[in-house]
Amino acid sequence: MMRFLLLFSRQGRLRLQKWFTPMTEREKKKIIRDMTTLVLARQPRTCNFLQWKDLKIIYKRYASLYFCLAVENQENELLALEVIHRYVELLDKYFGNVCELDIIFNFEKAYFILDEFLMGGEIQETSKQMVNRSIEASDMLQEDDSSEWYEVELFG
Amino acid sequence: MSDVVEKTLTALPSLLSLDSQPGSAKLSSTSKLGNLIRGITELTSKHEEEKLIQHELSSIKEQVSSPNTTMRQMRELMVRAVYCEMLGYEASFSYIHAIKLAQQGNVLEKRVGYLAVSLFLNESHELLLLLVNTVLKDLQSTNLIEVCMALTVVCQIFPKDMIPAILPIVEEKLNHPKEIIRRKAVLALHKFYLIAPNQVQHIHNKFRKALCDKDPGVMTASLHIYLQLIQENAEAYKDLTASFVTILKQVVGGKLPMDFNYHSVPAPWLQIQLLRILSLLGKNDQRTSEVMYEVLDESLRRAEMNHNITYAILYECVKCVYTIYPKSDLLEKAATCIGNFVLSPKINLKYLGLKALTYVVQQDPKLALQHQMTIIECLDHSDVIIKREVMELLFRITNAQNVTVIVEKMLDFLRLSKDDHTTVDLAGKVAELAEKYAPDNEWFIQTMNAVFSLGGDMMQPEIPNGFLKLLSEGFDSEEEDRKLRLFAVNSYISLLQGDPSKLPQRFLQVICWVLGEYSYLKDDLEPAVVLRLLTNLLDMKSSSSDTRSWVLVAMTKLCWSEAAVSVAQQVAETYSSSFDTTLRQRAQELQHLSRDSHLYSRVLPPGGSLEPVEVDSSLSFLDGFVSEALSAGAAPYKPLHQRQEELSRSKALSLEPYGLSLPISTSSCSITDRQSPTLLSTSSGLSGDSTDFSHRGSSTTLKLDGVKRIWGREGYLAQKEPVEEVAQVEIPSPLRPPGQQGDADSCHSKTPTPTANPEGDREKQLLASSLFGGLSSQSSMCLMEKSEPDIQRFGRKAKGQRTSSTPNEQRSNPSVSSTSAVDNLLCNNLPETNPEPIDSSTKQTFQHPESLPVANGACDAEAIVSDDDRKGRNRPVSPEERVEADESCENLSLTSHLPAELSGFSHSEIIPLYSNQSLALSACHVQTDNTVVLVVFITNSSEDANLQMQVLSEELEACCVCESPVGEVRGHSVSVRQYSLTVKRPVVHFELVGRLSYSLPAGMLQSMQFSYKLPLTSFIRPLTVSTEEYGSMWLAFSHDTKQNLTLIEEEREPLTATLNALRKKLSLHIVEIIGVEGLVACSLLKDQPCLMHCRVHAGRLAVWLRSPVADLPDCLLYHCQRALQEH
Repeated sequence: MMRFLLLFSRQGRLRLQKWFTPMTEREKKKIIRDMTTLVLARQPRTCNFLQWKDLKIIYKRYASLYFCLAVENQENELLALEVIHRYVELLDKYFGNVCELDIIFNFEKAYFILDEFLMGGEIQETSKQMVNRSIEASDMLQEDDSSEWYEVELFG
Repeated sequence: MSDVVEKTLTALPSLLSLDSQPGSAKLSSTSKLGNLIRGITELTSKHEEEKLIQHELSSIKEQVSSPNTTMRQMRELMVRAVYCEMLGYEASFSYIHAIKLAQQGNVLEKRVGYLAVSLFLNESHELLLLLVNTVLKDLQSTNLIEVCMALTVVCQIFPKDMIPAILPIVEEKLNHPKEIIRRKAVLALHKFYLIAPNQVQHIHNKFRKALCDKDPGVMTASLHIYLQLIQENAEAYKDLTASFVTILKQVVGGKLPMDFNYHSVPAPWLQIQLLRILSLLGKNDQRTSEVMYEVLDESLRRAEMNHNITYAILYECVKCVYTIYPKSDLLEKAATCIGNFVLSPKINLKYLGLKALTYVVQQDPKLALQHQMTIIECLDHSDVIIKREVMELLFRITNAQNVTVIVEKMLDFLRLSKDDHTTVDLAGKVAELAEKYAPDNEWFIQTMNAVFSLGGDMMQPEIPNGFLKLLSEGFDSEEEDRKLRLFAVNSYISLLQGDPSKLPQRFLQVICWVLGEYSYLKDDLEPAVVLRLLTNLLDMKSSSSDTRSWVLVAMTKLCWSEAAVSVAQQVAETYSSSFDTTLRQRAQELQHLSRDSHLYSRVLPPGGSLEPVEVDSSLSFLDGFVSEALSAGAAPYKPLHQRQEELSRSKALSLEPYGLSLPISTSSCSITDRQSPTLLSTSSGLSGDSTDFSHRGSSTTLKLDGVKRIWGREGYLAQKEPVEEVAQVEIPSPLRPPGQQGDADSCHSKTPTPTANPEGDREKQLLASSLFGGLSSQSSMCLMEKSEPDIQRFGRKAKGQRTSSTPNEQRSNPSVSSTSAVDNLLCNNLPETNPEPIDSSTKQTFQHPESLPVANGACDAEAIVSDDDRKGRNRPVSPEERVEADESCENLSLTSHLPAELSGFSHSEIIPLYSNQSLALSACHVQTDNTVVLVVFITNSSEDANLQMQVLSEELEACCVCESPVGEVRGHSVSVRQYSLTVKRPVVHFELVGRLSYSLPAGMLQSMQFSYKLPLTSFIRPLTVSTEEYGSMWLAFSHDTKQNLTLIEEEREPLTATLNALRKKLSLHIVEIIGVEGLVACSLLKDQPCLMHCRVHAGRLAVWLRSPVADLPDCLLYHCQRALQEH
């Protein structure tokens, strides 16, 4: 099971946080601080895995943005790396050539996409098409609030 | 793909201008959020940012509370508030509005509302209760998107107590026509299962339905639940193995829709989930494993594409192959796979390769040998994470031959490590290895010194405690003990003469204790010299007050010479007015003892005699006092773990920091008590308390494996032999120069063949030969050795005579001696029994010596009856004895009234409870296989009577077996009442209080009270488990207690004799006796097991009891102690 996912910039600025288990504010702050210092201190050409307390930390950098995922100890590291990658692909598909700014200015969208992809710390939907369809279906509401046709789109 | 993304993201700086770039159409640069974000990026200092955000927050606050704000505006405000919180500024005023937005907004606004709620609040926030109704409403909405949102938020945060309110609706969604809803519902139920497992118990069959769902997505989701369930209890789901295998076959065969592909690999997440489930199901189960061999082979074969995701699948396959019942050709393939990983130039794969090696090395040490050169290269790897993994691997392959090299490597790593968690973990491992395999005293002390100084004060307290215990208890030979202690003293004196201010506090405390206890061993050392060194510690600013207490206690032990006394008195003078109460106390002690030499020699006899202090840990001498206090209304005593549990439940302050603070003054007693049986010490982590263990949660999985192996499964290991031979075929390694590739054995035969290699390689080869020494000769034999729970606490112990006898001999012994004991019993007693017809039940006892002996109080029923026999029948009867004989006759006649169904079981002595001229009450208890029956005999010596009886107990449940409590008793007859007893809460002795009211036709109603006592042992039954089951049960139980007991003095097999005595008296089951350790199991009636781990140590029997039932270990321990005392 996944425990949390953090997105932060090279300067250590938090861009997105998702906690899959209950955590107090204090713990969250401590973890964010630990993660940014740990991950940002890593040299290039080292492996993408870290051990932190009893959790495995899997991180990957995409341009200026670090994706940092914590999983329980028995989880598969490589698979977790692909979870991150799939999330980036989803963002890319939605925003079209995603960049850090997309995520900064539309962070709520990034959350919605994540919620369609992961749920309760487990993978929910791995298909790019499906995730996008759900997100776009909800987005349609922005323009038009009549609720008949988008359901066809989403669940058809 | 990732390249594209990375390229785009690198182009970011040019995007910062936010002009009409193609991607920026979606950037809401003109929105208020956009302004805020841009504003922040323009700032230069943290202070300015703070000001800006505070300003922003106050403007948001103003707007949200204004009644004119529309929901649309509210949505925008919430996004901004979330942003501010993400930056670390609190916006708690907006929480309630987020909930309102989720309640009242349209779908879009609701979505933001829910998001804000899930980001703002945590599961215990009180405002969350306000959300329950909204969620409830949305779950029932006809709009599918609203239902989806509600399920998502339920999964993210939902108050645990409110789950019952929405559970039925979520359950209903399992039948929803849309698969997306079903899938989300399954995931929500998974979440519920994790946080409140018993609330979802009833819908297990619905999970099965989800597993068979026609939509693969729903099925995949249900696997999360199954993984969890199978982790908890694999046995219950063995029937699903074939289904899982079929699913995996279809997935691997590409039968799923394309949608599920990831980089053209079919459903990798699903595959990996299935592999994990299969490995849990096939573990230690040959039949189940056989079902999955084919599909595993297929998976290994198919996953050939060169992509991370296929490696992920391969890695999981390898783990599965090594977890389930072994099959040689699969193991071979898996080994090749691991080899490819280890040799891969990709660092991530190398890391996983090392991990896999660590995982399998205990089963397959040859594999590590094959890759020794790679492993050694990784030792110098620039990535500390890789190095860390190598340490783990080395730890697993350590043996007596390579321990010095490996420990040196680990210490080197520790010196550079900056991560606290790693330091603590590794320090523990080094200490464990040092204790297990130390080649000599000098090395041991120096290694422990390094551990103490590197591990610092974060170190697990078990390490210094264990070390002191080791020193104080000693080993087989006095002389060796003396040398070790003397060496420690010498080493510490020189450390103190150096610069002690750099040493961690824990280490200083160890030093103090050792010097206080053993510095007398050094002949030329004046105690005053030691005292002066210790005084320096007191003067050091960095010393904590704990350490100072230890110093003072050490001084107290040392002030037996003239010069020392004067130094000590000075110190005592200074500290007797300290503000610290503990320090003051210690200083006072020092002062008094140093003044009064007579008192001193009584309290601390010269020569530091090591007579273990006899402690009556059951404190039986206080029984009277306790019962008095209890009857006066005092609260009953709760054992430590129970109190701690209650404390942690009520979230009170943790009492932990106080745990170690009191230094040990007169004896090593409290240190020795904290002993941990060795069986946990082979695990990868530190052997900790059970509470500790459960807290660490997920990290226990690997340990479990380690522990499992200790309990040895010979058949399993023996079957490995041919496999290993196959695995010996080497993979040609490009990293190894030719000429070294020859026979793996040549590399570690300690005399590497000289080759024309460059120097560097030569060094590595030398290192290899020392690191991997002893591995090849071991092969499967080494596994046997390793798996023996008889861990050598110290290298020298192997030389002791105890280990010389083969395990087989020892194992056969208990049965031999137990049968002989039975024989004796029969021989002694049979000739004496009179062929009296009434005596049927007594005879039963003799004819079935294996049947449960009924204990009365703490004595044996058999003993009682045979005593009676001897007294009553075979000798001329004296007048006093005649009375007794009469009584026993009466008892015997009552025996005939025992209900027929109970006559097959032995019963306790029949005890008269009450009598008057008309009525007499007697009772006994009968132990059947799964219950204890209290039988009350009512002898009516006058006319017919009506009577009513009630039996009550605080700790026992007593239910009347046959008739109603009211009934008529005919005149001049005996009536019998039976009560079946079950335990509510274990105590040492159960007391039943009964009330009997009766009315004779002539007279009025009369009532009387009686009480009946029976010991816990009447409820104890042997629990027949295998060693393996024992091992896994052991880890699962949380309540434990430890104690040292006296061994029965017998020359040859004191352990076997002691355990047999316990077995007879308490009807325990001896699972296995291995060397100096014994495993014993019993259960309280049918279903409340208690395990006992015994180890002979320093002439005592160290027992550790564990059970899922609170108090049971403590109570049972009391009886063990009693049983041995009486022996």
